[in-house]
Amino acid sequence: MGDFSVVVNQVSKSYGDVKAIENISFSVKKDELYGLIGPDGSGKTTIFRILTTLLLADTGIAIVEGFDVVKDYKAIRKISGYMPGRFSLYHDLSVEENLQFYATIFGTTIQKNYDLIKDIYVQSEPFKNRKAGKLSGGMKQKLALSCALIHQPTVLFLDEPTTGVDAVSRKEFWEMLKNLQQKGITIIVSTPYMDEAALCDKVALMQKGQILSIDTPEKIVQQYKFPLYRVLSDDMYSLHNDLNDFPEAISAHRFGDAIHLASNQEINYEDIYEFLTNKGHQQVEFQKITPDIEDCFMALMKDEN
Amino acid sequence: MKTNSENSIIKVENLVKKFGGFVANDHLTFNVFEGEIFGFLGANGAGKTTAIKILCGLSAPTSGDVEVAGYDVYKQTEKIKKNIGYMSQKFSLYENLTIKENIRFFAGIYGLSGKVIKARMNELLESLQITHLKDALISSLPLGWKQKLAFSIAIFHKPKIVFLDEPTGGVDPITRRQFWDMIYETARSGITVFVTTHYMDEAEYCDRVSIMVDGRIDALDTPAELKKTFSATNMDEVFLKLARSS
Repeated sequence: MGDFSVVVNQVSKSYGDVKAIENISFSVKKDELYGLIGPDGSGKTTIFRILTTLLLADTGIAIVEGFDVVKDYKAIRKISGYMPGRFSLYHDLSVEENLQFYATIFGTTIQKNYDLIKDIYVQSEPFKNRKAGKLSGGMKQKLALSCALIHQPTVLFLDEPTTGVDAVSRKEFWEMLKNLQQKGITIIVSTPYMDEAALCDKVALMQKGQILSIDTPEKIVQQYKFPLYRVLSDDMYSLHNDLNDFPEAISAHRFGDAIHLASNQEINYEDIYEFLTNKGHQQVEFQKITPDIEDCFMALMKDEN
Repeated sequence: MKTNSENSIIKVENLVKKFGGFVANDHLTFNVFEGEIFGFLGANGAGKTTAIKILCGLSAPTSGDVEVAGYDVYKQTEKIKKNIGYMSQKFSLYENLTIKENIRFFAGIYGLSGKVIKARMNELLESLQITHLKDALISSLPLGWKQKLAFSIAIFHKPKIVFLDEPTGGVDPITRRQFWDMIYETARSGITVFVTTHYMDEAEYCDRVSIMVDGRIDALDTPAELKKTFSATNMDEVFLKLARSS
């Protein structure tokens, strides 16, 4: 157990008839940046609540920094920081008052731990007298992270910190996480954005209460089974439908300005070019590519269904 | 896409909205063409929500001329509300009403007759293949279905424009793409789609995209032209270049 910060073994939780998570097992090494990646309803929040000792699992064992989530819940609360999915700071307190409040609860002061939060907090400091409820999305998120860090936790639980946050603030947020990791904090973070998976050391891809795959982002990409191609033409709308009719096609999905075509065997440029020009497409572009996490996730979803 | 650039369904000229000394919308000028998919992007706090509220007739500008579906946002807000549809991730349907009840409720608000509601409801339930679920509570549906249904209900009264505010947040990647199929179908049926998103790949699916920075529109063009202008390989880069420069 020595090397692990968090160990989850065969944990299940139901709400009435709804199975929120089923036999979930995974472990997070010390100082790891670990991602739970999946859409709403995949069970990410339930896992966080169990690990932060706010919810009891029906079955299974969960250990955080050597402490049992049921027996040793008080110890866990002292050493973990938690940023829930919903903004849960006090709207009618100012930025500074919120931070002071959380510091006091944990028996410490802002000054004592200022080093740890400095880089993050300086960005909200110009607004320190503003009510937390009046901050923009990106600022709220930075304040919430500062509050979760104010007692110098060794493990940090972040439930969808970047949901509803714009692309620039998302990038900045991930840079902050990398910095915190350097300071020796274990971080477990959940996100519905597949592109953020690539920024984690290790990820669990989740859907409907189950884990589809656990590995490093690189290995997950390597395990993708099919040849994958990027295809463009002058008529992208019909291209999508036409590629689905291509005999060797397994799937055709829109990806930004192009379509990703997975096939059950290697495709010659001549074959696809002829197939598409016969259907009236011009300016056909075709190129083999390595998949990204979103390609892998969709392939795994199909295996499941 | 068959967009009609001759006909603008939304006309905005020098729109300014101030809250005290704070300028949320700083002289916005843009048109949205009939039948197009118009992407309305911007960083958090750039002023998107303020502008959308004005376009939906929920808030009056401080100054400037704004016309939506041919109606003036100062004087004809009730006409505007009748001619638009709206859906957001945060507010969509009533969880403790059934599918059928939600449809009847929203259609009733828009003043559709019982007869029309019934006919269109059957059509809608069939096309979404959920006829057998019509008496199910919304709370029992998976998020992806809720979002697709909420979208269908937002265009149930056949509005001229539909506003979609982060419609795909949190849904799985396959449902997200099915949702965009619905957006394409809607645009092809002649309804103009005005959409916001934080997924930059979705920006590529729009006919034209505007990007707001600090209350201004700093760029407006087709995704292809924007990428050229900013020498970027994708919209993510375009967005970063614009938003980080602020």
